[in-house]
Formats: sequence, structure tokens, C-alpha cells
Amino acid sequence: MLGSGIINGLIVTAKNFVGSYHDPKRMVTVEYPEQKTVLPENYRNFPFLITENATDPMGTLRCVACQICEKECPPQCIIIEKSKDKKPDANGKMQIYPAIFGIDTSVCMSCQICVEVCPFDAIKMDKVFEIAATNRFEGLFLTREQLAKPNSYYHEIHPVEAAEVDERLTAERKAAEEKAKAAAAAKAAAAAAKPAVPVTVAGGSLPGDRPGQMLGLQSANNSADPGLSRASATPPGPGSAPPATKTPTPEA
Amino acid sequence: MSLSTLSSQLSTAATASSAAAAAASPDSFLERAPLELRDWAVNLLPTPVQWLAHHLITIVCILAVFGLFFAFTTIAERKLLARLQNRLGPNRSGLPKLSILPWHFKHTLFGLSQPFADAIKAITKEDIVPAAADKLLHFLAPVIVVAFSLMTFAVLPFGRNIIPVELDAALLYFFAAGAATELAIFMAGWSSRNKYSLLAAMRALAQLISYELPLILSVVPIVLVTSTLSTKAIVLAQSGWTFGFLPHWFVFTPWGFAGFIIFLIAALAESNRSPFDLPEAESELVAGHLTEYSGFKYALFFMAEYFGLTALSGLGVTLFLGGWQAPLPFLEFIPSYLWFMGKLICMIVFFIWVRGTLLRLRIDQLTRLAWQFLVPLALLNIANAAFWVLTTQWSLPLQFVRWGVSAAIVVIPFIMMGRALSASYAPRSYRYAP
Repeated sequence: MLGSGIINGLIVTAKNFVGSYHDPKRMVTVEYPEQKTVLPENYRNFPFLITENATDPMGTLRCVACQICEKECPPQCIIIEKSKDKKPDANGKMQIYPAIFGIDTSVCMSCQICVEVCPFDAIKMDKVFEIAATNRFEGLFLTREQLAKPNSYYHEIHPVEAAEVDERLTAERKAAEEKAKAAAAAKAAAAAAKPAVPVTVAGGSLPGDRPGQMLGLQSANNSADPGLSRASATPPGPGSAPPATKTPTPEA
Repeated sequence: MSLSTLSSQLSTAATASSAAAAAASPDSFLERAPLELRDWAVNLLPTPVQWLAHHLITIVCILAVFGLFFAFTTIAERKLLARLQNRLGPNRSGLPKLSILPWHFKHTLFGLSQPFADAIKAITKEDIVPAAADKLLHFLAPVIVVAFSLMTFAVLPFGRNIIPVELDAALLYFFAAGAATELAIFMAGWSSRNKYSLLAAMRALAQLISYELPLILSVVPIVLVTSTLSTKAIVLAQSGWTFGFLPHWFVFTPWGFAGFIIFLIAALAESNRSPFDLPEAESELVAGHLTEYSGFKYALFFMAEYFGLTALSGLGVTLFLGGWQAPLPFLEFIPSYLWFMGKLICMIVFFIWVRGTLLRLRIDQLTRLAWQFLVPLALLNIANAAFWVLTTQWSLPLQFVRWGVSAAIVVIPFIMMGRALSASYAPRSYRYAP
């Protein structure tokens, strides 16, 4: 009969109305500031810096101010200034550290490229999204102190990924120690064999040595191979330009 | 009121005649309180201005009561619609923090202060008038639409003694004032100097005029049966109970029920509400004839729309649902104006329920429903009412025949016309979809 569909529809909405008061499963609304949904583990935005020790965040930054992320960052939201002196890192090795490390979150597009290029696992993606501020410069430009968060926090937000990173780092440290031991043993052997020759082997004391082996980026940066290097990673590129432009001038 | 006694003929029990019952029931203090308050305030003033104060107080009361009613209708609509769709609705707005106060009341008040926040927003918004617009008409349109929709409240009997203006031709006045808002809608479309506004206004007019006809035709049976145009007399004609518990409201007669359904559908269309909200279908159009309006003028149109809805609901309550009368005799201790407001709220909640349920019609479906279905049915219903009036003297066994025939006059055409109308549309076959 004409109109029966209307009555059926009215019954459906009436059920919705009554059900919305006693059946919480019907309600899809999350009342945001009070209630929050659990973010998926793979959720990520805005990078942060990892420190080994929560009690001394500035002293134990993993970052060694190599500036790769600064060069790779597509929107160029990272600014790094190297320190003049060196400080011991978490392993007790003397390292350069970032005197200034800033990320402009109003520019950052959360592309994660800085994380991918970092040879030290020093910068990782965070899970924050409530970073609204009243001042674009002081509120959204995050300094070294604001960015530094302990490794335990990283384990909290991305447990699986953090476990992998930690596993790799310990393996690398163990390998480096063994290599240093072997080098020391070789040195001792060499010293025993030829006590007159002075020792010149540097071993693993260079800061970029270990990660350079891992990612091959450091070597690309140093060798300046035109086939491999990217524009941002080749300081010799612009340096070699002046002779190239000068060559046509004798012909003219 | 002979008709009310006629309609109570079914009652074998000796029910007192309705007019006598109404006169006999003593007016309680609560019943008289609003009027006594008004008279007390009027008597404070010197005699020459008393007539003016008398009417001003009435106007201010209507403005205050129905202004607030409008405000809380909007929030009720938003919350009810949300619940019908398994949402929460607005529940955030509490009281603002005032710097002059040392404390801040932090409760959100369940969002009940939302309409006031909306009003402040509407008032503070920029009022844009198009450069090429007819400035005077553009300004007058929202004023007139609100004025006319408020004027319709003047003849509604809100309580046993509360009726702003007691007109003999109240129904005529109501429809005249209500139809005048259509003029304002066309004024809005025309004065905007925007071809889309103009087209939308013409379309809105087509809808409103189409539905004006079934709306008025659905009311004619009432006039036929009660032989009066006065809303007060129509309410009195519905007083009394059969067997002491069946109210003599017109909605409980076959012709009254059919008329009420037609009235409901036409009232939905007249007040531009879903499923007939084509003139300003907010999910499809920019704003129809309101495209060039902004800020408070835009809010005024919405206000007028809700006033029109409230007035039409009030008329529906008055004509079909017994007006201010209590449904059962022992409930008469509750003041009549509360019964009226309660019924009014029920009507509005029903309109919101319909809005949360039904889909919007197309313009051709809309006009077809009016001209091919509602108008013929309303015309038949007038004949039905005529039959009802002619057969009032029938004896008791024949009364059952009378009810059966009266019901058949509306039900059989309803089913047949429904089949004929939907035959060419259902079941549907889609060319490109299975």
C-alpha cells in the first residue's frame, strides 16, 4: 500500500533513536578531547631526536650533526649547526654534537626521508598531532630540547620498529668492539713483529666509519662520484662548475 | 455548538454536552494566571494607553514565547536528528567566560545554549548586499517574511482563555497571512538580482502554491462540520468524551483522520521541510532564493520558516487534535495552555522525525503528489464531511454504517489512487544496473 514504506522508514529511525540511548555500539562518535582513539602503530608524523638516557637528554643525543637529513629534507625544514667541540656519546666515544638542531613543523611534511637517510638511527618519526600553537615561530619551530625524547619513548610509540633498531645497533656495537679488539690484537702483533715502525692504523676511530659501511652514503658523499651522487649530496658539483664555464671563453 | 453535541451522539452514557461541560469546569487559578497578570500590568497604566499596553503585552508575549520556542526547536531538531542517525548532536556549548565575573560556570549544559551562540554568530556576521540588488526589497523581504509568519500566531487559541485576537474569520485570516510569506520569498529572489535566486524563488513559489491548495482543502471539512471559521469555536466543538475516555477530537473521525494526514503532508511542504525542502535543499543547492542573503537576514528567513512550521503545527493541533483540550477528563487539572504546548511539541517532534527519515522528492514528484493525489483526496474528503454532517441524525445501529461508509470514502480511493500512481514507477527497472 502507498505509504507503507514511509512507516517502515519511520520505524527504522525510531529504533535508531531509542537504540542510541542504551546501545553504545550504535554510536560512532568519539568525543575527542576527552576520548581518543588508539592510533595504529604505523601512524607517524613529525620527526624527533632519540637520546639514550632520559636523565641527560642533551648529553646522550644519538645525533652527531652529520647534516645528511638537513641536506635531504625536501621542504628544508631542518636546521643543524655543528658544535665546535666534541663530547662523549652514549658509547663513550668522542663525537661532534648538534649545537643547534631545529625542525620547523609548519614546513615539515612528515615524508620520513630524514629517518631513512639517518645513518645513526638518531631521528625517528613521532606520533604527535596535537601541536597547535598560537605563535608560528616559537610554537611550531621545535628546538633541540623540544625534539629530544628518550629511546624508551620510541619503544612506547613504535615497539616493533624500535626493537629492530635496538637489535641492529647492539649487533653493530658488538661487531665494532670485536673489530677494535682484532685491530688491537693485530696492532700488538705488528708491534711485536716490527717494534721499530711507528703505528699509523686509525682503526674504527673515525666517526663516520661504522654507518658508512652500513648505508654507503658516507662513501658516496666523500667520493663525489657523479653517477651515484645526488645534487644535494655532492659538494664538489658546484665547485667544478667554474672551470666548465670557462672552457668556451678561449674559443670566443 | 450543536455540532459537538451531534458528534457525541454515539455515546450511550449520558455525557453532558460539551459546551455545558466547558462552561461548568471551573477555571483554576493556573488557568487564569496569565490573563490576571496581564490585566494587573495593564491597570498600572493610565486609562488612555491601556488598550495599547494590552496589545503590546500580547505581542511581546508571543515574541518572547515563540522566539524562545524557535531557539529551542533548532537545538531540539539538531539533537533529535543526530539521535535518529546514531550521532550525539551538539553538546559542547556551555556558558561563556565573562571577565566581569570572578567565577566561570564550566558545565556544558548539554549544549542547550547552542541557539544563543548561533544567534550571536548570525548577528555578528557581515551583511552582504549585492551591488545590483534592489536594496529596499532586499531589506524588506526578510522583515516581511518574519512579520507575516508571526501574524499567523494571532488567531491561535493557546489556552482556554488565551487567544490574542478573537476573529470570526480566523481561519481565513490565518491562511491569508500565511500565504503572504510566499510574496516575501519571491521578493527575496527577485531583489537579489541573481538569476539563480530568481529561478529558485519561482520554483519555491510553484511548490508553495501547489501545496496551498491541499492545505486549505484539508481544512474545509472542519469548517463544513463545525460551520464556523473561528478557531476558538472549532476547539470548543471538539470538547467532551464518549464513554468518558474517547475524546471528540476530529482526528478520531474518518474524515478528520484523512484531513489530518493531508494537512500534515501539505504543512511539511508549506514550511519547506524535508522531504519537501527543495527550495533550499542545502545538500544540492547553494541556498535557493537565499543565495544572496547572509548574516542576520539569512537567520531571519530561517526564523520565519520555523515560525511558519510552529504556526501550522499549532493550527493542526487546533483543528484536528482538540486544541487546548485535555485528552482525558481527569487530566483537566493541567492548565490548558500546557496541553496546547505539549501537543505542539509532539507535532514538531513528529516533523523532525519525518525529516530524519525521508528522502527529498524531485520537483516533478512533488507537484504530482500535490495535484494528482492530495488534491483529489482532499476534494473527496470534503464530500465525506458532507456525508458526515447529513447523517448525524442516524440512529445507533446506523451509526456503524455511517462510520464504515465514511471510512470507505477515503480508504478505497486512497488505495486505488496509490496503486495507479505507483504502478508506472514500481517495481523499478534500471537500465545500467542490475
